[in-house]
Amino acid sequence: MPAAIELDHIWKFYGDYPALRDYTLDIAAGSCCALLGRNGAGKTTLLRILAGLTHFQRGAVRIFGEKPRSDNARRQLGFLGHGIGVYEDLSARENLRFFAEIAGLTASLKISDAWLDRVGLARVRDMPVRQFSRGMRQRLALARAFLHTPKVLLLDEPFTSLDDRAIAMLSELLLESRNRGATIILSTHQIREALSIASHVALIENGRLRYSGERTQEMLDDPGFLYRTHSAG
Amino acid sequence: MRPIRQVFAVARKDLAIELRTKESLNAAGAFAIAILLLFSFAFDPDSEQTHRMAGGLLWLVFTFAGALVFNRGFARELPNECLDALLSSPLSAPSLLIGKALANFVMLIAVEIVSLIVFGIFYNVQWLNRPWELAALCVLATWGIAILGAVFGALTVNLRLRELMLPVIIYPLLIPLLIAAIELTNTLLSNQPLTPDQLLWGRVLVVFDIVFTSLAFALAETILVN
Repeated sequence: MPAAIELDHIWKFYGDYPALRDYTLDIAAGSCCALLGRNGAGKTTLLRILAGLTHFQRGAVRIFGEKPRSDNARRQLGFLGHGIGVYEDLSARENLRFFAEIAGLTASLKISDAWLDRVGLARVRDMPVRQFSRGMRQRLALARAFLHTPKVLLLDEPFTSLDDRAIAMLSELLLESRNRGATIILSTHQIREALSIASHVALIENGRLRYSGERTQEMLDDPGFLYRTHSAG
Repeated sequence: MRPIRQVFAVARKDLAIELRTKESLNAAGAFAIAILLLFSFAFDPDSEQTHRMAGGLLWLVFTFAGALVFNRGFARELPNECLDALLSSPLSAPSLLIGKALANFVMLIAVEIVSLIVFGIFYNVQWLNRPWELAALCVLATWGIAILGAVFGALTVNLRLRELMLPVIIYPLLIPLLIAAIELTNTLLSNQPLTPDQLLWGRVLVVFDIVFTSLAFALAETILVN
């Protein structure tokens, strides 16, 4: 399988502090990589670099052979960061319609409504996001990221604030995306949920890649196994 | 067609938010009306001298009111990290910048219309003598202010003192545009014919708009991402 995402010896510094140190990782097209690591390990920095939002000092990044900021790469990208990326003063429907329009989708209203239905927000579609609960906002943010059926999904803590039903909905969405050939990278602390979906696992510690490889049954049976075996402490 | 659609989507979104919150329009409109009202008490509105400085007064009010509008332009994208969502989406950086400028333009034109009505009432000036020329002048000068406001609004959005920094940066750059707009406005308000010399000011406005719109296109990616 050709690599959809290539990270080649990436170094990223915040001042003198190296957030990513000589990070090299290839992610095959159609795979789902769970990015694991403790707080401050460099997961968010890595996802932001892939989304073209953060510059790095050394190395190279390619998404389907192109730089992350290229038009082609951005067209294929769905990104959910720490912020939900939706407007408080617009309704859920207006938010999705706007993101559908800038993605160049022609039936923007129809697609928006379909996604609101999918994430269980159809009843409140005309309500301003300001009035939404944290979980509802996160579901709307997920709909925004999946809206244009991207080929690469970069999800930073996508399970945050979701209840059990919403987690099941997200897991279903991720499996569907994998089945249609999308490449997914998700960073999370919810190891059990992530491992149940992931085909690959990458463990980061202090900006270094400690482990990268296929998700094994051992990891699934014992989520602490990865940290115990590969973490430096 | 796609970049044009994106430009209108960004502008429509900004205007929809503004119409709901009225954060910028209320502040800019109130500011413009208050200044015009205060000056009408400070000077004799019927005197020839006041009429001669009408253009200057109007464009200074428009520019100061504009700064209140531009400050909100990109600040609107900060909550919930909406700017990141936009920059990682298929939206091109020039479309985002031009869309923002278009929203600035519409809001500033709205402030100008209200200000002109107030101005006509309190200063006894017939600004409807040559409506089409005045409209063309307002469009050209306002676009120049709006595009500059969008470019520097993007540059200053992450600064702690952006409300202070934005006017400090844009006012000096607006001097040529303001001189041209003031000269032409004075001529139009006094209902005098436009001489070839004055038409040169019109060209200054056109060149200013072209130069800064081209710069916005060329530097959008650098301004927004770097």
